[in-house]
Amino acid sequence: MNEERIFNVFKSIFSLDESVDRKSLIYNESAGWDSIGHMTLVAGLEEEFDCMFDTDDILDLSSFQKALEIMGKYSSD
Amino acid sequence: MISLDGRVAIVTGGSRGIGLATVESLAASGANVIIVSRSNNASFAALAKRLSEEFNVGIDTIFGDVGDPSTATSAVQFAFKKYKRLDVLVNNAGILDDALIGMISEESIDNTLNTNVKGVINFTQAAARLMERSGGGSIINVASIIGRYGNRGQVVYGASKAAVIGATLSSSKELAGKNIRVNAVAPGYIATDMIKNIDPAIDAIRRASIGMGRVGLPQDVANANLFLASDLSSYITGQTIGVDGAMLV
Repeated sequence: MNEERIFNVFKSIFSLDESVDRKSLIYNESAGWDSIGHMTLVAGLEEEFDCMFDTDDILDLSSFQKALEIMGKYSSD
Repeated sequence: MISLDGRVAIVTGGSRGIGLATVESLAASGANVIIVSRSNNASFAALAKRLSEEFNVGIDTIFGDVGDPSTATSAVQFAFKKYKRLDVLVNNAGILDDALIGMISEESIDNTLNTNVKGVINFTQAAARLMERSGGGSIINVASIIGRYGNRGQVVYGASKAAVIGATLSSSKELAGKNIRVNAVAPGYIATDMIKNIDPAIDAIRRASIGMGRVGLPQDVANANLFLASDLSSYITGQTIGVDGAMLV
């Protein structure tokens, strides 16, 4: 399922615990999710889903919820 | 002989002049090339077919304005889908619109900066992410001698090419840790369409200012681009190489 694959990338990049509230994952608020972490996250998602993001999507990727929405465009799952 | 076998390059403004000479040099060295151009005509398609057959490499074309970010995205996504990698980007597309101070139109400023500066940033931004996934790469920005030393009647063009050098310096520092090199070439007076309509009196002055006594050829610049694209320049980044035959401006 896409949500779990996406969450696994978040967990791996930001060293998150399984119990973290996914809705609380927000760019520039969550630990590690700064501009550098953001590009690492983008690379992780691109690798996991074998895709290349549009620049607009990189800029729009501001929360876990938003990631679910954006990844819908890049995944056929 | 420089070998770029199996590598993948994007060349903007690759349908003529310095861009075309660069495409031919990269292809002759074994690189697959994606040409980005605003031209979309039968002769361009025939050119791509000829190069592909002559050098036995992939030659593909993407049509669009480099100032539009979607053109960069299309080109890089094409490279990703077809090759899963990108090794070389040559930001060559550029326009020249001379005007004396007091006669520079806003349209000229916007068009020149859009193509010459925004285009470089659009493509650098898109390409760097795929290059990083490929383990590194080389970005070559075609600046100009005018961007280094300035010239009468070329305020906008000079500003745009100085900006290209600034973008080269900053992006080289930001991307060095990702094994992506960023360099610029600064051509002098090169025999391209850009100078074919120049006033004969000015043309004579410029020719006389070239220490080596001849106008440069697109191939002269392509040779520098090929060197920067190759592993021969693997420890060179953030540099601007003049390809000007000792021209004084």
